[in-house]
Amino acid sequence: MVAVAHTVATLRDGVFRPRRFNFFAIVLGFVFQSAFLSVRGHALGRCPITNLFEVFIFLAWSVALIYLAIGPAYRLSLMGAFTAPLVLLIQTFALLAPIDIRHPVRLNVNPWLEFHASMSMIAYGAFALAGVAGVMYLVQERQLKTHQLHSIFYHLPPLTNLFSALTRLLWLGFALYTAGLVSGFFIGEPLPRVKMICAFAVWIFYGTILQSRHLHRLAPKRIAALCILAFSAAVSVLWAINFVSQNRPS
Amino acid sequence: MKLFCIGISHHTANVETRERYAGGCSEDAFRTAARCSEALMLATCNRVEVYAATGQSVATEEVLRELQKCGAGEIENAGAFYHYDGEACVEHLFRVVAGLDSMVIGETEILGQVKKAYERARASGNAGPLLHRVFQRAFRVAKQVRSTTDITRGAVSVGSVAVELAGKIFGDLRERSVLILGAGETSERTARALSSRGVSDIRVSNRSFERAENLAVLVRGRAVTFDQWAAQCREIDILISSTSADEPLLTRELLAPMLRGRADRPLFIIDIAVPRDVAPEVNEMDGVYLYDIDSLQSIAEQSLAMRREQMAAAEKIITDHVADFATRFGGAASRVASLAPGALASES
Repeated sequence: MVAVAHTVATLRDGVFRPRRFNFFAIVLGFVFQSAFLSVRGHALGRCPITNLFEVFIFLAWSVALIYLAIGPAYRLSLMGAFTAPLVLLIQTFALLAPIDIRHPVRLNVNPWLEFHASMSMIAYGAFALAGVAGVMYLVQERQLKTHQLHSIFYHLPPLTNLFSALTRLLWLGFALYTAGLVSGFFIGEPLPRVKMICAFAVWIFYGTILQSRHLHRLAPKRIAALCILAFSAAVSVLWAINFVSQNRPS
Repeated sequence: MKLFCIGISHHTANVETRERYAGGCSEDAFRTAARCSEALMLATCNRVEVYAATGQSVATEEVLRELQKCGAGEIENAGAFYHYDGEACVEHLFRVVAGLDSMVIGETEILGQVKKAYERARASGNAGPLLHRVFQRAFRVAKQVRSTTDITRGAVSVGSVAVELAGKIFGDLRERSVLILGAGETSERTARALSSRGVSDIRVSNRSFERAENLAVLVRGRAVTFDQWAAQCREIDILISSTSADEPLLTRELLAPMLRGRADRPLFIIDIAVPRDVAPEVNEMDGVYLYDIDSLQSIAEQSLAMRREQMAAAEKIITDHVADFATRFGGAASRVASLAPGALASES
């Protein structure tokens, strides 16, 4: 919240500087998220993804994790400013919505299930960051097309850099998601049919985007828009999966 | 010791007047003639100023007389000269070094020029402890203004706007290729600006192949015949067009087949021709960014407006530094005398 407020205020006043402020704000948030997940994980005796509340906190943690891992590496100034609101939104929703329902039965620990769930969630983090890069791309592209350059224009990275970061994030997310999906077959118990269909639908959606990117079939602007759409759809699917399988938490 | 500054700038005199005083008088000669303990001459294309420290008040006319004596020629337009003492002098210097007094607000070249002038005066022994303090503080002020405001942000000329936009589209320009269509002067300037950012593949096409070859030599590129320019569009990243054609040369229909297979490679088109060489609808195509002369100028004006908006923040920094400088070097009774209006105290 501090990072969001700081960025908005400095951009409005025209004094934004790509300092480490957003980075450290997200680091601090990540530490608190990790502490919460650790406490909850110890209490449950397993990876804390047993209800929608934990899923969303885990998702926010994954977004922060991927940002901390790749954001500075790609030197995407302002990415933190775009990532912080997303993390804030996910966490605010998780905290406000009445979704923290404890499962009455202590669940068995299955390493494959834990791996499947955590890989999928971290993949969602990468997809979220690809969506963030997509938003940044569209903002920059719009300014260049309309010739209306605002203060933010000078702080956003070049289009080609944003697009290459977006592509790498898509590949990272896709690889992690594929690993999560494949590991689902080793769980040793049948998965709900709806869950399987939804998971494959997300995989095919991202696979199609990557194929279009690889074959130069779509303009970068459309790929960026699809990344945002795909992440929105994926989060909706995540919700749907948890809603459908609330009696069989992952 | 009193600090003062006397000079002319683009605000008060035209270039003919300014150039008469540029380099006409040496610091040594002026210091001796005006009986100043320290002196520094700052001569740029936009200003000629003398910063000096002396034990007694010096009238503008007296300084001008000394300038005249030591080789600045006949003093004319004496009314164009301004005279700042003490705090006003410090404030003026801070504004000059921060680019607030420049013709193009926020330009950074002035800082380098003042640094050079200071180094020269220091090396020759004409800049002493007072000028040292005030100039070192001025450099700090300039750095702070640049790093905490957007006063230097945005390009303010057609060529630099084009380069900035290219940077925001492509990032690194070293691997990019440019086609100059029409060997005009603005094209040449823009190509040179791109070249200075690392573009090495420059192609020039013109109806007169000889002119294309001449320009290609100037920009270290290669000439292509005019009938080949359209085919080149498949390979290039940046097109600079400035022909004298009456009808648009590049239309949506012509460009569409060239863009096939390069969906993720943007094309930046700078159309500086009047009438325009490129149909405006081209800008609606995916991955194409078309800028004509009006849009480039409009961005330059936007940048200037943005810099002007930042002036208040920069002025605040300067005011704070002037006050701090006056307190720091005006209050210590032991080594520094008081800073009276019109007379900056210093170590004696």
